[in-house]
Amino acid sequence: MNAGLGLPDAGPPRFATLDEVRSGLAGVGYLADESISGVVYLADRLSKPVLVEGPAGTGKTQLAKSVAELTGARLIRLQCYEGLDESKALYEWNYRKQLLRIQAGEHGKQEQEGPSWKELEEDIFSEDFLLARPLLEAIRAIDPVVLLVDEVDRVELETEALLLEILSEYQVSIPELGTVRATQLPMVFLTSNNTRELSEALKRRCLYLHVDYPDLDREREIVRARVPGISEELADQVARIVRSLRTLELRKAPSVSETLDWARTLVILGVETIDAAGARDTLHVLLKYQGDIERAAKELLSVS
Amino acid sequence: MLDLLSGFVTELRRAGLPVSLTEHLDAAQAVQHIPLEDREGLKYALAATLVKSSSHWRAFETAFEVFFAVRGGHGAAGDAGAGGDESDEVEPGTGEGGSRGKGKGGGGEGMTPEELAEMLFKSLLSADAALMNVVARNAVDRYAGMEPGRPVGGTYYLYRTLRNLDLDAVLAKLMGQAQAGAVGEGLTDLEERLAADEYKARIEKFRRAVETEIRRRLVEDRGAEALARSVRKPLPEDIDVMHATRDELAVLHRVLHPLSRKLAVRLARKRRHGRKGPLDFRATMRRSLSTGGVPIEPRYRHPRPAKPEIIVIADISGSVASFARFTLHLVYAISAQFSKVRSFVFIDGIDEVTRFFEGVVDPAEAVARINLEADVIWVDGHSDYGHALSEFHRRWGDEVTSRSSVLLLGDARNNYHASGSWVVKDLQRKARRVYWLNPEPRDYWGSGDSIVGEYAAHCDDVVECRTLRQLEHFVGNLT
Repeated sequence: MNAGLGLPDAGPPRFATLDEVRSGLAGVGYLADESISGVVYLADRLSKPVLVEGPAGTGKTQLAKSVAELTGARLIRLQCYEGLDESKALYEWNYRKQLLRIQAGEHGKQEQEGPSWKELEEDIFSEDFLLARPLLEAIRAIDPVVLLVDEVDRVELETEALLLEILSEYQVSIPELGTVRATQLPMVFLTSNNTRELSEALKRRCLYLHVDYPDLDREREIVRARVPGISEELADQVARIVRSLRTLELRKAPSVSETLDWARTLVILGVETIDAAGARDTLHVLLKYQGDIERAAKELLSVS
Repeated sequence: MLDLLSGFVTELRRAGLPVSLTEHLDAAQAVQHIPLEDREGLKYALAATLVKSSSHWRAFETAFEVFFAVRGGHGAAGDAGAGGDESDEVEPGTGEGGSRGKGKGGGGEGMTPEELAEMLFKSLLSADAALMNVVARNAVDRYAGMEPGRPVGGTYYLYRTLRNLDLDAVLAKLMGQAQAGAVGEGLTDLEERLAADEYKARIEKFRRAVETEIRRRLVEDRGAEALARSVRKPLPEDIDVMHATRDELAVLHRVLHPLSRKLAVRLARKRRHGRKGPLDFRATMRRSLSTGGVPIEPRYRHPRPAKPEIIVIADISGSVASFARFTLHLVYAISAQFSKVRSFVFIDGIDEVTRFFEGVVDPAEAVARINLEADVIWVDGHSDYGHALSEFHRRWGDEVTSRSSVLLLGDARNNYHASGSWVVKDLQRKARRVYWLNPEPRDYWGSGDSIVGEYAAHCDDVVECRTLRQLEHFVGNLT
């Protein structure tokens, strides 16, 4: 299927069935809903990168980590930020080492005939002087890897173009060296917090997965799976309060990771059932704006 | 299956989603890996390959429900006859002729309204999804009064069904049950609130079950493509703000916040990057020390361009009001990009509302306060641009300087008052730029009592701004 596109051999599929993905992820502590496991399964079958979008703290990064753990692959992470360029994302020539090499050549020349310029040029543009950055590293890896490009919406629109070649062809072109092709296809996850529209070209090359806040049942299960020592009753109460909080119009709705922090806090404090006063005292773990805390306290807990 | 898929993709494109050929191919490939009888799996496979933005999700879901509706007994998304526009079969159970009155005589399955209400109550209490679906089916049988062949989208049927079921009363009853079931002195406030939210979520689920049921029957009646035409809705960013329904306005409010945040981020970046200043000699030399004095990486100074000052003068009468609110919201959301923002609202009187936005975190709050507190009525509360503008000129005219950009918002429907266009002329002389944003379609300009032409002569640009997309585009170009 992929041979016609000039892609490297995809190798055997990592997952046999949809259910295997789901139960596998659950096994490493990530409770996926149907859409998440479905898209991961498809990403493997179609050898396509996955673009994961959604509010902060809903387990987008964790998904990539869990898949890596599940498949026993090494996780290579590229954290995006404003001003990221190809020397940080793809590869960079080691200027200092090259400079040293040239200077060393000049010194040698005084005693005997040093290397000619041509030799020298070939020498300093060889792999020895190449610093592999995450993207190139993922392509060159011989062992199975999962590539995570985190918060891809933070880079500028022009920098996105760097990713295109690697995402569609799984290769990197270096003018001085030639094209480096992947020996095995890594699974690629891109996450985005949706602070800006990504380019069409990037979106077209990816499978799109929107991860939203989980529904009540899943959130309860997540709390129970990730917070050791929590009682079933408390987990249920936590999940229900968080759900109600999300229906309020807050500046920043509580995320899953904040829910987990809150649940852990409650467990450490030895709380068995949450009452209004107890919730009020720990609300700052869940909500990060004073205005939100006040509003939640007023609307939900009837204390002010 | 492939035919069905192309029909589906065509429908998505008609609804305004940008689906490329590669994405279509991906979808075709993806469905091969999904077992056919797995409807949810199919949905996610198609969503992952075809929809690349969460704001398009609703449009996708609607189209999916129509094209891959669960058919009668055989639950799978069978592909037989989905494209047939003429499939006129109606379920025997719905047997209501087009001429018969509403609600009565529907050949339901022998359930009285009381039994139905009881069953609904039970299903909601136990959150039993299967029972909910049964109730939904019966309720549609009994109350919707569907008439075959009518080219409607089903909103009316939904309304009719739900009105008869009286979900508010059911909620009250559920809450009563919860109160009674509590031990001791009843529920605390917190518990009550949680229970209410829980039941509301269940009722919402039931509502969706009813909607799905109605859609399913409509598809059976008229075929997928015909129905898709009736239920197609514009994407949030393409909704005409002036004629938006209440539901659509709610959708707009939801997308406005992320939209303004995105705009702010984009503009902040545009300011910081993009342009390079002159060579920073000191920094370049300092940098070159690590490469033995060879200046490999030149450094540049960051230019700091001056920020413009914005004056917004908005008509907030009647139908233009929601548009003015959106614009104010958007302008203030990116107010960090301007050195100063001042805002004025008018109907026939004019008032400065800048103070409402000071120290407020969320512009939406301030916008809400404007409606209540701004003093904008002079005589009768009908738009009078002439009076409002001359009043502006008298009180604040001197504060417009060569650094200010003035945005005038309104449809320029002046109720045949004097236009006061000399004010705009004077503003143009003093200000850097004067723009007029008109939320009406360009074709209507100058018709009836619209005098936008008179003002246009003195504006740098007059822009048609009917949708959020156009608005965002305009505001983005301001800085």
